[in-house]
Amino acid sequence: MNKEELTAQLKVIIKPYTTNTDAYENFTEDTDFIKDLNINSANLVDIILDIEETFDIVIENTDMERMLDVKTSVVIIETKLAAK
Amino acid sequence: MNLNEIIKQLPYSKPFLFVDELLHADENGITGTYTFSEDLDFYKGHFKDNPVTPGVILTETMAQIGMVCLGIYLLGNDLKKDTVVAFTSADMQFLKPVYPNEKVTVTSQKTFFRFGKLKCEVVMKNEAGIEVCKGIVAGMITTKL
Repeated sequence: MNKEELTAQLKVIIKPYTTNTDAYENFTEDTDFIKDLNINSANLVDIILDIEETFDIVIENTDMERMLDVKTSVVIIETKLAAK
Repeated sequence: MNLNEIIKQLPYSKPFLFVDELLHADENGITGTYTFSEDLDFYKGHFKDNPVTPGVILTETMAQIGMVCLGIYLLGNDLKKDTVVAFTSADMQFLKPVYPNEKVTVTSQKTFFRFGKLKCEVVMKNEAGIEVCKGIVAGMITTKL
């Protein structure tokens, strides 16, 4: 799976958790989950669990703390997929 | 952590503590009870001359026993002075009315506790053993939000 496909899949996962439709429509790799998409910490946990299920990977606490924007999340998912 | 110790660690006090006794706790769930005294202030207004326990209070009782007490148990020695509790979502069904002086038993089953978020399935039964309320509660029990 390439970066674009991965980002597109991440966008689908995030959709039910954001209320800011403008920021969601303008989703880029610089999009910040909390600042741009108004996602709270409880919903962020749900997103991480959905990512684990979708990509069949395990996210550690230290990874989760860094997964606050699209760019970092994609890098972490790529690394986990490569290590499988 | 023993069951009395969990209640002592709760961040609530009267008139907003809705836990009397915990009966059992383990890694997967918790059971506790609360009796809605007829002296509770909200009965004066809910409803006028017809006291019934408000759904929000039943929800709070489910969350305090089923989510917060279980979270304190699961944290164990990781419970710190700066641990905060934030109730983040509830999806409830209210099946039967709960009247003043009724004692209810809340049973909670952990769905997951990860990254500081605890999500549980909770059921409340009355003294006759009939389900009065059930649903899903979730909250953050963590040192940072």
